[in-house]
Amino acid sequence: MHPAPSIIAFTTFSGLGLGLLFWLGVDPDPPTGWSAFAFFLIGYLLAVGGLMASALHLGRPERALKAFTQWRSSWLSREAWTACAALVVMGVYAALLVFFGVQVHVLGWLGALLCLGTVFTTSMIYTQLKTVPRWHHWSTPVLFQLYALGGGALLSGRVTTGLVLIGLAALAQAGWWLAGDQRLAASGTSIETATGLGHIGKVRAFEPPHTGSNYLLREMVFVVARKHARKLRLIALGLMAVLPALLLLLPFGHWLALIAVLSHVAGVLVSRWLFFAEAEHVVGLYYGKR
Amino acid sequence: MTTLPEKTTRSLGLVIDLDTCVGCHACVISCKGWNTENYGAPLSDQDPYGADPSGTFLNRVHSYEVQPETGPAQLVHFPKSCLHCEDAPCVTVCPTGASYKRVEDGIVLVNESDCIGCGLCAWACPYGARELDLAEGVMKKCTLCVDRIYNENLPEEDRTPACVRTCPAGARHFGDLSDPDSDVSRLVAERGGIDLMPEQGTKPVNKYLPPRPKDGWQGEVDVLAPFLEPVAEEPRGFLAWIDKTLEKL
Repeated sequence: MHPAPSIIAFTTFSGLGLGLLFWLGVDPDPPTGWSAFAFFLIGYLLAVGGLMASALHLGRPERALKAFTQWRSSWLSREAWTACAALVVMGVYAALLVFFGVQVHVLGWLGALLCLGTVFTTSMIYTQLKTVPRWHHWSTPVLFQLYALGGGALLSGRVTTGLVLIGLAALAQAGWWLAGDQRLAASGTSIETATGLGHIGKVRAFEPPHTGSNYLLREMVFVVARKHARKLRLIALGLMAVLPALLLLLPFGHWLALIAVLSHVAGVLVSRWLFFAEAEHVVGLYYGKR
Repeated sequence: MTTLPEKTTRSLGLVIDLDTCVGCHACVISCKGWNTENYGAPLSDQDPYGADPSGTFLNRVHSYEVQPETGPAQLVHFPKSCLHCEDAPCVTVCPTGASYKRVEDGIVLVNESDCIGCGLCAWACPYGARELDLAEGVMKKCTLCVDRIYNENLPEEDRTPACVRTCPAGARHFGDLSDPDSDVSRLVAERGGIDLMPEQGTKPVNKYLPPRPKDGWQGEVDVLAPFLEPVAEEPRGFLAWIDKTLEKL
């Protein structure tokens, strides 16, 4: 799949922002006043910024509000609803904390739940696609949750919890990659089932429909730079988990923590790039590609 | 509403004969011609006369080489457009309700004024039947020429999809596949019509007729055949000398 920058930014930053808001929501002793303002501002900038980025890839962004109508059947529509609900509930919770110093626990927990729900609906947009076997597995939502929770914990200053969670995310990510490499073959879809010609013999794509490229190839059959996938996987794990862990285990300093967070974000961006770039859509089989 | 209908009254669709298709791409051109100037947004081209042309098409013809275990390879031309699936995954993923499957005839359509161009339906389709038009920003797909098949302003013989009407080989057939007595259904039963990617669970309405088996050298051999055996003479003279010398090396 084409790793569009808007989609990578959307999943990465909204995940981090919603993760941070989750931890602020469940915190029994949350920050108040200006400190709370700063934390919530970062959470909202990331979450809202990410969600806005997702609108950039629309062909007709001016009609985006129509996406709220089909929540009964569409995960994308459900995501729009959970995201708005999460941001509104957390907004009320934040306003009470920042301006009145009042904590309404129920509101915080509800908002936190909605934040995780938003990350879940985002992940389901990809998980539901049978056409991309690498994504079509229960482990995809788990991975998205671990990333959001781990990154959010780091952003909210929870060093121990954050380290445990990003360690788990790194393990889950490594397993997801290895298992994902087998999933297209295991799906049973091949050029033989795609063409229905397998009973005659071995099928080979002889001539594509057009000499030029097309929307399908650009969007679904992105094969550029896959040869670097191994190296990029190691870089992603190093930036996302190993480097932050080393930095945070050193004597505490705000600058080190900032570098640790930035390194984590960079690592998540690389892993999200791979999430899309490595995903093989079955339509590629019609073009003799994967 | 982008939930799928429980049942459609009819299942209009295409039957494509892979034995007959000659790969001339006439269906591609007539499809683009009709659909760019009739229902919905035109099918745009980008850089059509430049170095890197590309454009929106609702129908594309692939060609495949099939190599049996013995004997020569076979070339199969393979037109592909929307299969108007019974269990269309492109419809249920749509967040705006722009994509829908009609109850009366099973045609899968896009309401272009509701489409936000998110592209998720194209991701959900295993067949590559949907393409986002880059000029219009909305999703385009085969409408089964919904503006021809019911169009009483056209002569009756023209009330079929443009691709079917134009096919010079008669490789494309249009009809109601839910009716077991229709011409298309009988053709599918006779020729063993198949679904593409059945394991994806989309239950496509369109069917493909596989190529008939090639005939081979079976049965009687002509009495004169032995006299037609190739004559392989030993080389003589200069060529014989080269042959021997090369053999020794």
